[in-house]
Amino acid sequence: MAEQNSQSDVSDNGTGTHKITARNVNVFYDDKQAIDDVSIDVDMENVTAFIGPSGCGKSTFLRTINRMNDTIPSARVEGEIKLDGKDIYDASMDVVQLRARVGMVFQKPNPFPKSIYDNIAYGPNIHGLAANKAELDMIVERSLQRAGLWNEVKDRLSDSGTALSGGQQQRLCIARAIAVDPEVILMDEPCSALDPIATAKIEELIHELRGKYAIIIVTHNMQQAARVSQRTAFFHLGNLVEFGVTSDIFTNPQKTRTQDYITGRYG
Amino acid sequence: MTTNELLFLVFAFGLIAWFVGRARAASFISSETPIINSLPNYHGWFASLWAIIPAILFLIIWINISPALVTNMVLSNPDAASVTADPFTRSTILSEARAVANGSSQVLFQEGSEKLVPLYKAAQSYYNSIAFAATLLLIFAGSAYAYTRLKPDFRARSKVEKVVMFALLLASLIAVLTTVGIVASLVFEAYRFVTLVSPFEFLFGTNWNPRDNIVAGEDNGYGAIPLFWGTIFIGAIIAMIVAIPFGLMSAIFLTQYSTPRFRSIMKPVLEILAGVPTVVYGYFAALTVAPAVRDFAVMIGFSNAASDNAMAAGVVMGIMIIPLVASMADDSIAAVPGAMRDGSLAMGATKSETIKRVLLPAALPGVVGGILLAVSRAIGETMIVVMAAGYAANLTANPFASITTVTVQIVALLTGDQDFGSPHTLAAFALGLVLFVVTLLLNLVALRIVKKYREAYE
Repeated sequence: MAEQNSQSDVSDNGTGTHKITARNVNVFYDDKQAIDDVSIDVDMENVTAFIGPSGCGKSTFLRTINRMNDTIPSARVEGEIKLDGKDIYDASMDVVQLRARVGMVFQKPNPFPKSIYDNIAYGPNIHGLAANKAELDMIVERSLQRAGLWNEVKDRLSDSGTALSGGQQQRLCIARAIAVDPEVILMDEPCSALDPIATAKIEELIHELRGKYAIIIVTHNMQQAARVSQRTAFFHLGNLVEFGVTSDIFTNPQKTRTQDYITGRYG
Repeated sequence: MTTNELLFLVFAFGLIAWFVGRARAASFISSETPIINSLPNYHGWFASLWAIIPAILFLIIWINISPALVTNMVLSNPDAASVTADPFTRSTILSEARAVANGSSQVLFQEGSEKLVPLYKAAQSYYNSIAFAATLLLIFAGSAYAYTRLKPDFRARSKVEKVVMFALLLASLIAVLTTVGIVASLVFEAYRFVTLVSPFEFLFGTNWNPRDNIVAGEDNGYGAIPLFWGTIFIGAIIAMIVAIPFGLMSAIFLTQYSTPRFRSIMKPVLEILAGVPTVVYGYFAALTVAPAVRDFAVMIGFSNAASDNAMAAGVVMGIMIIPLVASMADDSIAAVPGAMRDGSLAMGATKSETIKRVLLPAALPGVVGGILLAVSRAIGETMIVVMAAGYAANLTANPFASITTVTVQIVALLTGDQDFGSPHTLAAFALGLVLFVVTLLLNLVALRIVKKYREAYE
């Protein structure tokens, strides 16, 4: 298929290996098909943006990458998604381990109703990453620092995470996700509930985090995709219409549907 | 005319007023005023309510005061002067004469009541005609007033709405007023008890052995501590040891693990379990569980185990409470936002880690509220303990011993002869008051916790 050829052209990073390779992925909710034959590659140290109108399947596809769709009884995934060459839907894949490697940040900030410290310590505790309290303290501090929240909360780590502002809560959730040292971070419209200033902080954070992780961000906001990502995938009606280098997608789209969407013809 | 006939009259006129008011309103509608403020039906209701309500209010007052008026009139007659002054005989004579005058009795026993009968008849017919006239007057005055109010722009709709609101308010007050009445009667009788037995002895004494009459030198204990202890031991300790783990675990299973299909079957089944009459649980406790518990206790070395024991009652009560705990816990776990669960699962936590570390802590206040409600239900529960726990007021922590509870003793004190002058009967009210206060406090605390928790996530 011509469409897939053009995809592999732009996503080939030269080495031929990708962090995530998805091939011919279909997702169904009961009988309704939400994702239709999507193939995509995601690389380390890259931000990949999924854009598209509401209901186009971009969030659904994102959730297949850490198998969060398993929590929806009616969802069914077909096709192949590989993380470092291993099929994550294979029976030998431990979904708990997978989610530790592929972290997720949700649309609405969802800190646990625990202290800021306990929010961050949650993941390291369940995975046994810290041998003692000092190590745990270090992980908490490092995660908060990486999420750019340390200076704001270092004096009130025992306050409830839910008492923070919306933008701080979202950065807390990012800190929580990176506390377990994931390789991939999935972000499902992380700024849609935030004001412009908080959004700018998150975007800055994404820039800084990019060097260590593979980041996939779903966004409604095309300017945001253009600002934060290196590669952009445009979804429409469950199809991956176009996938390529972000600047190409926004300045020189190959498909009319993409052009119509980014110029505001629909969506 | 009797009161019933008067009532019938009122409603008949109310119906007529409805039609008249409605027709009057309909006559307002013409080509010049095609729309009037309220539909004709509302005008009808307005007229009808004005015809009925004042008359009904009058009748309610009248029913309460007319017997006294009639009696006064009878007594003021010179023929009644000879009636004895002894209050007891006098009231017997009067009520006998009244019954005969009404036609509800044929026989006269008391001397002197015979000559009162015609007096009663005269007085009653006199006052009946007054009532009849007053009722009619009120009906006509009310409906005439309403009729003059009817105009095309008259807001009959909002007037009727006010009456509806008032009627609904009255209905909702009935439950409240009944509660107030119950509390008042409890407090009143409990006060009389306290004048006979020291409240200190009652609340802190450990000897419970109530007798019909206090006799010097005999053992007359009104110390209710063994009862309170029995109630707590069975209702709040043994029952909760059964109900909390099983209720919580079934709630966790239903909300987190079961398929929607299984849940849709299990929830109604649990609710049916909650609707089983407690007397049926009582049979189960007394006939099946209690002997088994005793045999078990004897086997493990408690040779003095009673056949009616705390364990059997507590365990069965716990089983009875499971649906309550499960359903409250189910509600509060389900109320924890799905985003919490997703957040935890996305960190790589397993289902049970998520439940233990995120869902249960978040749902804890609601769960605790549910447990407190369950405790308050358990300590007020009567049938199971009456049938299975026994009447012996033992102050013991041995679950295989016979133990009694507040509710069992209330039943025991109020069964058979009752004498409201003796502490034996009045003690039941004091116990009832304690039980009422404790369950009320538990409910208040529980509802507060549940409410506070709900606000946290909305």
